[in-house]
Amino acid sequence: MCTIVPISLTVGANRIIPAVAIPYPLGDPAKTPEEEYEIRKHLVEKSFKALQTEVSEQTVFND
Amino acid sequence: MSFRVVHYINQFFAGIGGEEKADHKPEIREGVVGPGQALQASLGDDATVVATVICGDGYFAENIDKALEEILALVAPYKPDLLVAGPAFNAGRYGTASGGVCAMVGEKLGIPTVTGMHPENPGVDMYRKNTYIVETADSARGLRKAVPVMAGLGLKLLKGEPISSPAEEGYLEKGVRHNVFLSRVGAERAAEMLAKKLRGEEFVTEYPMPSFDRVAPAAPLKDLKNATIALVTSGGICPKNNPDHIEASSASKYGAYSIENFDKLSCEDSETAHGGYDPTYANDDPNRVLPVDVLRDMEKQGVFKKLYGTYFTTVGNGTPVANAKRFGAEIAKKLKADGVDAVILTST
Repeated sequence: MCTIVPISLTVGANRIIPAVAIPYPLGDPAKTPEEEYEIRKHLVEKSFKALQTEVSEQTVFND
Repeated sequence: MSFRVVHYINQFFAGIGGEEKADHKPEIREGVVGPGQALQASLGDDATVVATVICGDGYFAENIDKALEEILALVAPYKPDLLVAGPAFNAGRYGTASGGVCAMVGEKLGIPTVTGMHPENPGVDMYRKNTYIVETADSARGLRKAVPVMAGLGLKLLKGEPISSPAEEGYLEKGVRHNVFLSRVGAERAAEMLAKKLRGEEFVTEYPMPSFDRVAPAAPLKDLKNATIALVTSGGICPKNNPDHIEASSASKYGAYSIENFDKLSCEDSETAHGGYDPTYANDDPNRVLPVDVLRDMEKQGVFKKLYGTYFTTVGNGTPVANAKRFGAEIAKKLKADGVDAVILTST
């Protein structure tokens, strides 16, 4: 999970989940803690989905 | 006066033999041997190859520390002003030996050293920072072209003449940056480069990106319910007050910290060591970078079996690729040994 997808692509990550922002990739201080938790949970669920997906090349998992 | 040069070559170039003689122990002979003739011809009257040290590639590879000590003991009495090794072309053990001898002699005797290798020789990445490695062809067919370049570079080093860029001198990049003054500012040069790129013309970058290798994607996780999941981050999350002093940039190390007893991270117990982004939000709630809270809850709900008890962390901020590669390899080794099935890596 990363914020700057082009960097992850450059360094060779194979399963990439775009995250929220550089200083808070898995949160959003503008939201309530409950909303932030949901954002984070959604991203973790996406990463589990990515981990269970067969990929043959670098893949960015968008929504 | 003529400068004194000692030349290092392997058993093959010394004419002793091939693989069957690769266990040849270090020896030194007066004057030139094998490719030393070409080296002497290129050095001319300014420098003399006073001795040639020879070692079998196999002996060196199997006894590196001992071989280096033996070679140093043979070389030192000749009081060389310069050591030249190889060229080793794309021969891996010969390249490693040439680089190793250059690095050690350079350090212990305080003299300049030059060797020659094909860019893909494993000795290049190991020793490029410790010596000058002239770029050569992949086989001995490139000897005639390589030796004059090595000799020319060696003479410049002996005379204390300034060494210009790798491209101009013909050596492989050492990873050294020099300050230079140019008449045109960076913006102008960059705009010109961009225009050339857009026109499809050739241009030379002033700051090459490091080259990254590629890894085949891992097989998908088959059984999430029974999986152990680990967390790794380059976002700098660490226990409060950064006990291992992970650097805020150009990290030379990573940390491994227990989350065994944590349901989540908080500003009471954790913070970020990262110096490349505003740390306010990560310090207020470290789960924003390392999602321990969500993963612990999912573990309890049985989504997966176990959250691995330790997280690994470093700062991805100007971190040398070589360091990052080493951290990755070490962390992966540990995780595999402990039966971790999948890793979530977060970066900022």
